[in-house]
Amino acid sequence: MKIAITTVAAALFVSIVRATAASETGATAPVAPRFLSDTGLYSNAAKLKIDARNRTFSPQYPLWSDGATKRRWVRLPEGSMINVADLASWELPVGTKFWKEFSFNGRKVETRFLWQTKKGHWVFASYTWNEAQTNAELASESGIANIAEIENGKRHSIPSVSECRSCHDASRTETLGFNALQLSDDRDPNALHAEPLTSEMLTLKTLVNENLITPARPELVTNPPRIAASSAITRTALGYLSTNCGSCHNRESSIASLGLDLRQNPPGTRNQEPGTSAAPECSAVGKRGHWVVPEAQEDSRIVNPGHPESSALVRRIKSRRPISQMPPIGTVVVDREAVDLLTSWIQGNAGELAARCAS
Amino acid sequence: MRLTNIVLTTAIITAAILLTAVLSTASLQADGAGGAGPVGKAEQIARGKYLVDIMGCHDCHTPMKLGPNGPEWDMTRALSGHPEQLVMPPAPVQQAPWMASLAMTMTAWNGPWGTSFTRNLTPDKETGLGDWTVEEFIATMKTGRERGKGRPVLPPMPVQNLKALSDTDIRALFAYLQSIPAIKNRTPQPIEPIDQK
Repeated sequence: MKIAITTVAAALFVSIVRATAASETGATAPVAPRFLSDTGLYSNAAKLKIDARNRTFSPQYPLWSDGATKRRWVRLPEGSMINVADLASWELPVGTKFWKEFSFNGRKVETRFLWQTKKGHWVFASYTWNEAQTNAELASESGIANIAEIENGKRHSIPSVSECRSCHDASRTETLGFNALQLSDDRDPNALHAEPLTSEMLTLKTLVNENLITPARPELVTNPPRIAASSAITRTALGYLSTNCGSCHNRESSIASLGLDLRQNPPGTRNQEPGTSAAPECSAVGKRGHWVVPEAQEDSRIVNPGHPESSALVRRIKSRRPISQMPPIGTVVVDREAVDLLTSWIQGNAGELAARCAS
Repeated sequence: MRLTNIVLTTAIITAAILLTAVLSTASLQADGAGGAGPVGKAEQIARGKYLVDIMGCHDCHTPMKLGPNGPEWDMTRALSGHPEQLVMPPAPVQQAPWMASLAMTMTAWNGPWGTSFTRNLTPDKETGLGDWTVEEFIATMKTGRERGKGRPVLPPMPVQNLKALSDTDIRALFAYLQSIPAIKNRTPQPIEPIDQK
């Protein structure tokens, strides 16, 4: 009897130690497979045939990635729904997977993979395409520098997981291009670098019609979200800034203390008061930021209405030197179209900008 | 039967003690990674001071001045970075294999990356680390980027070494830096290399 009880006590102790060790190492947590072909993207990996359950989509304001051609897919677990109770921050079902394929000069370079393995926990991975373009292998968590030529000696790098998380963890949701504004059917015809919408791409209308969101939000179809603006250029500029700057510069980011908010949420959601000084862009208009335009020490503002030359935002978007460039990661080539757009917007819309932020 | 009860009780108590020990260890580990309570605060600050002293933070973040025995730290400006009043002229053009120049204070450095000025690490709210959170400080040290998201922390800051610091030590560094006297000193923003804008 004594031996039996001692054995039970010892077994109890061992199981406690093992359980503690397992929870510390996360030994049982799902991890990204070694090959892209094992992630579920393809129904026929040899032919690179996309699994029909993976739906393609195209955000109306895409992120600038040095001119990469991108293809995106999402897989929602069968029978699941997206909780859109908070329209500015969707809750995606556990098991959701996203893929984004990057090509330069007609060749696939990397495919990024996001997978929600449990509530609020996402696996981040990137797969590097082989020379034969037949499969892609998991890249190191520390990324791979200078993996492919973009143009004129500028080369694309696969970001490290911590670099990925520096943008993707800055919001209340890790997925940045899949939200009400980006999937709105009222697409901005002037959005920079937007891909044409094709019939098979998911939009808000598809999500509503296929009953993939909860609670029911029929207004997302009858009155699709769009950035409120009195001119087309303001709508386009704010959309561009929302994607390319607002992922980090928003009120819920770990750098919210900087006071800059460029994220546009659907009208009617929090932090969206167009036409008032509480509108996100008013955190930039006329405000002197931490970084000063070197050539305009006195006049420098983040956005100086009427004066792109003393607007730090334009100056930094033009730069690709580490000291001053914005965004600071994920790009080595200046987005010339964006520089032109933002220069024209700040130059020619001083009155509108002042009015938006007057009250 | 009585003997069995004693053995059973002993076994349960033993298991409870072991369980307590395991949970206490886990709790201590969590505390080590998560911060110090009031009792551990002084110890944490002392650890932070020790790290600041041996890691060479003063080398660049406390301006050098010329003393009777040669260059020495100006401890009236301890850890406050490049003095705001010291406006640097343009850096000399380097001729290879020379690569970099530095100010007499050791608080301004010029090289292929541009010109960098060491930062005010004191807890002054406007010009130092007074408005930083410990999470931002940890993110900076771990990623080598401003607040974990911004531009790279510039040479000569040894970011590759700092990435190896444990969270516990980074928290200790931050606790010490927040405990020293605040000095108002707005250090200049870095300057791009002269060949580009």
